Amino acid sequence: MVEQGATPRVSKARKRALKAAKALTTPLLPDDYIELMNPMWTTRELRGEIIEVRPETEDASTIVIRPSAKWLGHWPGQYLRIGVEIDGRRHWRAYSLTSDPDHPDGLISVTIKHVPEGKLSPYFTRRAEVGSMVYLGGVEGEFRLPHPRPDKLLFISAGSGITPVWSMVRNLAEDGSLGDAIHIHCCRDTDDFIFGETLRELADGDGYELHEHHSTEAANHLTPAGVEELAPDWREREAFLSGPPEMLEEMKSHWEAEGDPERLHLERFQPVIGGEGTKEAGEGGSVRFRVTEVEGECDGRTPILECGENAGAKLPFGCRMGICHTCVGKLAEGKVRDLRTGEVHGDEGQMIRTCVNAPEGHVEVEL
Amino acid sequence: MTTATAKTEGTEIENPLNRLTDEQIDAIGEEFQQLHDEVFEDLGERDATYIRSIIQFHRRLAALSRIVLMASQYKPAWALGTAGLSAAKIIENMEIGHNVMHGQWDWMNDPYIHSSTWDWDTASPASAWKHSHNYVHHTFTNVVGKDKDVGYEIMRVDPAQKWYPWYVLQPFYNVLLMAFFEWGVAVHDLDFDAIKSGKKPKSQVRDELKSIGRKARRQIVKDYIAFPALSGRRGFKSTLLANFTANIARNVWSNAIIFCGHFPDQVYVFTEEEGADDRKGAWYVRQLIGAANIDGNSFFHFMSGNLSYQVEHHLYPDLPSSRYQEIAPKVKDICERYGLPYNTGPFSQQWGMVQRTIVRLAFPGGKPRRKAPPYKAPASTNGDGGNGRVEPDRAERALAAFP
Repeated sequence: MVEQGATPRVSKARKRALKAAKALTTPLLPDDYIELMNPMWTTRELRGEIIEVRPETEDASTIVIRPSAKWLGHWPGQYLRIGVEIDGRRHWRAYSLTSDPDHPDGLISVTIKHVPEGKLSPYFTRRAEVGSMVYLGGVEGEFRLPHPRPDKLLFISAGSGITPVWSMVRNLAEDGSLGDAIHIHCCRDTDDFIFGETLRELADGDGYELHEHHSTEAANHLTPAGVEELAPDWREREAFLSGPPEMLEEMKSHWEAEGDPERLHLERFQPVIGGEGTKEAGEGGSVRFRVTEVEGECDGRTPILECGENAGAKLPFGCRMGICHTCVGKLAEGKVRDLRTGEVHGDEGQMIRTCVNAPEGHVEVEL
Repeated sequence: MTTATAKTEGTEIENPLNRLTDEQIDAIGEEFQQLHDEVFEDLGERDATYIRSIIQFHRRLAALSRIVLMASQYKPAWALGTAGLSAAKIIENMEIGHNVMHGQWDWMNDPYIHSSTWDWDTASPASAWKHSHNYVHHTFTNVVGKDKDVGYEIMRVDPAQKWYPWYVLQPFYNVLLMAFFEWGVAVHDLDFDAIKSGKKPKSQVRDELKSIGRKARRQIVKDYIAFPALSGRRGFKSTLLANFTANIARNVWSNAIIFCGHFPDQVYVFTEEEGADDRKGAWYVRQLIGAANIDGNSFFHFMSGNLSYQVEHHLYPDLPSSRYQEIAPKVKDICERYGLPYNTGPFSQQWGMVQRTIVRLAFPGGKPRRKAPPYKAPASTNGDGGNGRVEPDRAERALAAFP
């Protein structure tokens, strides 16, 4: 199965009408024909139309999108999977939502920094035109503010990692509850600061403290000591970090060694699957792939997908981190353990993502 | 490595593989693979636009024909609507359905033009067909005893198949199969051999029967109840007849194209021993000589889902059908350099051979027909000359009528 857009919410009456009309269109769906008139009228997957491309800095732009169905909201800090067709192929990437969850016109936006060697970011920042269609996947992400709001906050962001933090700060400011918050942002210079202008304005008020750490070379990057200096009470603050992996790793070690890692929240985009990153390793087990007729054994840290590949099976895969659903297979027998959460689950007939689940005992998959 | 030849009544047909050295076979494998990879690398916007416009064209044509048929009690509307619907069903089954379900468009990553989600407007459920066709037939092509598409388990189309008395009736049920081909395909996917031998568990057979039943019910309700009802009381019967006619037209046409792909005289069949040679080059050669093309113009190729490029399709079942035409000259070039045949012929010739074979082999005996000589590019520069064809001589043609 291939990754597809989220399922839009459809009224019961419309659902019933579509179901009845299927008698005439089978094996196609009424949507297949409705789509011919306007691709935004389909009820099968959520799509969106780009209605504005707004430059933020020299190399970052905000893409404003009108979803094809009512936007059901999101938490500030969460990200959205967006699909785009480039040279005949559909590609997906995750971007933090930078729009107000309750936008009056139901619009959403993401803010994207140009990465020359990337595939999607050059499309969005250089080629995307108003009127282009995009595919909208599900809203995901655990990087968001807890409820109720912690008294003391610390935000550390770098480069385009500002986007989820911006969503949080803006949301708090709108609610008038920005309160006691320290924000350290790393970027090249004053102009390179995405949303810099607005955030500087916010910092003029009480409570919200903004520090810009400018550096163009690695030697000059923000260190735990630098954090200590700008936020001496960092141990008492609920901290939200978004930036390059090296920075996250360095800060994480620091929090683990000297602070309370429970109060540290990281935006990784890429969950760490298998190996050392596994939360709770299970027993592992054996897997039988019914279609390819391959059998394999693996430990509690190895996903089913890898287990099959090691045993010589050719299996479908995509992101290999539990997002795109390309690798799904029907669980015919047994239980599996989710390597991201450690949760053991699985019912007969359930579709499971083989890239983030390890067998828990004997498992049979229809792949 | 392979020395086996198909022996029937003392006549030996030499498998061209036996003429090739191991080095040549490896080189052939490399060349065919390289051609595949070149095209696969090049897939992009142009191809995506092609399949999308064909899908759009089919949906518009189908919708329009159905609307015209609402007035089917008037003869011109009946004729126009029936012709449109027949064409729509043919395009949907052949150029779209067959090829999408082969995974030819999976590279687009479009969840709705994808082999895992597609279902076609015919009686056979997608899942069963993908197993019997994509897996069994395309892996063990023309291996007698393994490829269930050699005669579809109900016909004798090659003298290497054992004769049974009930084959005497095959010229008659062949006509029935043409008319009701979609049902034949649906049932064929069940694989009676596997059921009889107990290879297929009963629970799986039950699931498959259920899915055939479900698909059949939907197809029947649509064509023979729902749409006729939309034509009102006075148009019910004429629309029902129109839909029935369109289904028959699609069945006869797809049956003809598909039979011409593997049962004309030039095509080789293989023993299980020959089929077991798993070198890449050997597999490519088996695909090459185990299939036959049909000459025709672009419209003909389109209406046959490019299965008139059966040779290219068998070499590269995962490449978009729209690319076969441009690959053909390169395939011919490989054939010429290695002294391999390139099987092709005009529709009337290929179809005629198939029908003659079906009549002849209804009776015991029969010998393998003459095969095509190694391919030679025509002296004239304009492509598709009279190359590689078997020209049946007059005596053969005369005998054909008398089994």
